Amino acid sequence: MINQLFLAAAEAAEDEEPNPLVPHLAEIILGAVVVLILWFLISKFVVPNFERAYAERTQAIEGGIAAAETKQAEADAKLAELEQQLSEARHEAARIREEAREQGASIVAEMRQQAQAESSRIVEAGKAQIEAERQQAVTSLRAEVGTLATTLAGRIVGESLDDEARQSRVVDRFLADLETGAPGVN
Amino acid sequence: MLSSSIIALSGSTYEPPGPGDFFLPALFGPVTKPMALVVIAALLAFVAFYFMSRKAAVVPGRLQFAGEAVYGFVRNSIARDTIGAHDYQRYVPYLFTVFVFVLVNNFFGVVPLLQFPTMSHIGYTTALAAITWLIYNGVGIAKHGPLGYLKHQTVPAGVAPWILPILIPLEFLSNIIVRPITLALRLFATMFAGHLLLILFSVGGEFLLLHYDPRALGVTVGLVSFLIGIAVSFLDMLVMFLQAYVFTLLSAMYIAGAISEEH
Repeated sequence: MINQLFLAAAEAAEDEEPNPLVPHLAEIILGAVVVLILWFLISKFVVPNFERAYAERTQAIEGGIAAAETKQAEADAKLAELEQQLSEARHEAARIREEAREQGASIVAEMRQQAQAESSRIVEAGKAQIEAERQQAVTSLRAEVGTLATTLAGRIVGESLDDEARQSRVVDRFLADLETGAPGVN
Repeated sequence: MLSSSIIALSGSTYEPPGPGDFFLPALFGPVTKPMALVVIAALLAFVAFYFMSRKAAVVPGRLQFAGEAVYGFVRNSIARDTIGAHDYQRYVPYLFTVFVFVLVNNFFGVVPLLQFPTMSHIGYTTALAAITWLIYNGVGIAKHGPLGYLKHQTVPAGVAPWILPILIPLEFLSNIIVRPITLALRLFATMFAGHLLLILFSVGGEFLLLHYDPRALGVTVGLVSFLIGIAVSFLDMLVMFLQAYVFTLLSAMYIAGAISEEH
């Protein structure tokens, strides 16, 4: 390689070969002009397009993420609302059940009270009736017994005991004697 | 390598390739082949990327995807990573132009029929390096003021004062004077050397195949030479891409250095 380069250098000296390390002014100017024009064209027509695509893509992705976040938030809110409603419904059901139980208990108690009242009322009424009937029986018996006894006594003693006052006085005395157990007139 | 020294010693009529091969006769009038090629390269680059970017769709098609791959590479991997997210956007058009322009011109070295890397003429790399030089010094002066910029580029922070008299001229030399020269030389030299190698292996191989005596040795080595030439072509394509990348990256780094707050 070095050998060859020496050879080339020697030949260059002979053939007046151009030195590749010396830039040609025409090439510098042409190169600069071409690069400047290309730079202008690219910054004017190419870079803005790519940047626009980048920006739109970023926006699209960010928009998508934002939309997803909104949807997620909505879903969360909906779920919370439904859970709220469910727990409210549970509370309501428990409350109604509790009320029903209380009502049932109070109804039973009331009924029991009523039945007791009714039964005691019936018993009272029965007692009163019996008492009244007994009183009636005693009264009617007393009258009848008096009449019978008077009639009997009249027949036995032969004495007319028509006098009303006397009659009843005698009967009463007799009955009182009967009640005290003391021996009567017999 | 081996074949060329054999030829050189054989004393035959073979002429090894040299700088003369890079200065072909003019195509027409004063227009030379590289002159035509830079214009074609610029047209090609603009038209191709214009059509790739024209739709600017949110969901890119195949063309736009390809264009965005190149544009995104320069924009994100070179400009943004080097200059920083704050003010890289201003320099993307220039860096993208440089990258595409250099890349297309370099690849002209392996395109059949064209087969000439424009950047093997130092004039074009000088033009590019000069523009980069003007830009990074320009934006540096615009940001820090002329004296501030000079101080920014030549006085490194956190250095003992007694060493400054030595350091300032060195920094000035390396940051202001040498940078454009190395920028131009690096691109020129790699393209020049790559093309020279391709000429050597193809023309040398042809000579060995057809004219070398003894024939058996000539044909064998000639075939090997062609095979190496093909391998070198692929290596050269890698170098063509790398040099376009390096030129763009260095331009971005010089701009970043010029507008940085303090380094």
